Amino acid sequence: MKFHRIYALMARHLYLYRRSLPRMMEIVYWPLLDLAIWGFITVYLMKFEGQIPGVVTFFLGALILWDVLFRAQQGVTIAFLEELWARNLMNLFASPLKPSEFLAATMVMSILKVIAVSVVMAGCAGLFYSYNIFVIGLWLIPFVVNLVMTGWIIGVLTTALIMRFGQEAEVLAWSMVFLFQPISCVFYPIEVLPSWLQAIAWMNPAAHVFEGMRAVLSATVSPLVHLAWATSLNMVCLSLVVALFHWMFEFCRDRGLLVRIGE
Amino acid sequence: MPTPTSVLHVQHLVKQFGDFVAVNDISFDLRPGEILGLLGPNGAGKTTTIQMLLGVVKPTSGSIAMFGRDLETDREAILQQINFSSTYVSMPQALTVEENLWVIARLYGLRQIQQRVDDIVKRLEMEEFRHKVTRKLSSGQSTRLGLAKAFLTEPKILLLDEPTASLDPDIAQKIRSFLKEERRTTGLSVLYSSHNMHEMEAMSDRIIFLQRGKIVAEGTAQEIVARFGQADLEEVFVKLAREQ
Repeated sequence: MKFHRIYALMARHLYLYRRSLPRMMEIVYWPLLDLAIWGFITVYLMKFEGQIPGVVTFFLGALILWDVLFRAQQGVTIAFLEELWARNLMNLFASPLKPSEFLAATMVMSILKVIAVSVVMAGCAGLFYSYNIFVIGLWLIPFVVNLVMTGWIIGVLTTALIMRFGQEAEVLAWSMVFLFQPISCVFYPIEVLPSWLQAIAWMNPAAHVFEGMRAVLSATVSPLVHLAWATSLNMVCLSLVVALFHWMFEFCRDRGLLVRIGE
Repeated sequence: MPTPTSVLHVQHLVKQFGDFVAVNDISFDLRPGEILGLLGPNGAGKTTTIQMLLGVVKPTSGSIAMFGRDLETDREAILQQINFSSTYVSMPQALTVEENLWVIARLYGLRQIQQRVDDIVKRLEMEEFRHKVTRKLSSGQSTRLGLAKAFLTEPKILLLDEPTASLDPDIAQKIRSFLKEERRTTGLSVLYSSHNMHEMEAMSDRIIFLQRGKIVAEGTAQEIVARFGQADLEEVFVKLAREQ
């Protein structure tokens, strides 16, 4: 893997952000809108603070962490879509660039996006709702790392499907992640799910992260078991989707889809 | 077997999409410093051949070797030394001309990037639009950007698909002179596809004529014209295209 090729793709995307208002708005506008809606819901729910302790922390914390996952997924998928829209895939893949370097660049871009969005959201949550995300403490770091990895998994899976099925599958870039939301148990504990769905949810690394976050906030049990599960599942799933992406790349080369994908 | 001096050796290359055979058992060589014309009507398999040579389409069977290495196994090393320009492939539209060239330079790991970008911009007379956003370029300017991208990396083999298709005659002439000069000074080898028969005759050392995925004629323009008993290459093209 060559760093200069990863850096080339990053530079290409950073040039885009430099002069694109819609792309900059993606970092600020949607996160702020999310925060406003969920912030007001939380303010309303604070009336029931007695019945549901720590309601603000649960909801706003969950929202910010969900956005970490969402932006990590978007960072990967949108970077691929940008190349598709620009009909630039042939320029890239007829160069020495390897598929793994392409993925690495999208992942680094997604980290930059997550950092930008998280700073905006955490800052605004503190400013408007006096909410401090760091109340979760140092546990926040492994939680965020795991959510970024889960975002990559969904992002790489989505990208592989778009590469295979073309622009018709573009809608997956925005919808796929929400397929995982109910079983990620972002805003509710896993026990509320029917037992058959709980079994599926436990296979989702994000569910372990959010369960772990609730464990930290309620100070009942250690989140270590959840973190261990989340990390292990993330490693396995990430390896699988990266292998799938490589397989799909070869499949598309064989079918000539790589050069027709943007047409 | 590749000739001892060939930089590109294509052997029994086949590409099949389902039942459709786009490229049907073609073999040819490209020699150092040679300009090889790839001619044929639409659907003859020229673009598919170029896409296979660039590694973006996988052959069904046959082999492609460049600089004595197999493309499938030495893809990275080979692609570092070749480049392409096609009228049908664009560059990211939201970036300026110069930004696009910088990205390509980084992608190929070039050194002294600013100097090389300045040089290619000057040589292809792109100064007046080097800071322009790509989507605002005329089609002729976009073609020149595609060529600049291809020449920037100083490839040993260049694949050109209709390189002068949207250029006015003056610029097209300059591009042809530029290409010949590059070939003379660097020993660049070029595989060149065009629908402009006069250009093909003027530029190519040899021509490969493709029809329905097969090579139906190979040789110098004069040899091909003589073989088909026509007045010029254009008449040969029309005759073969109507037979298809």
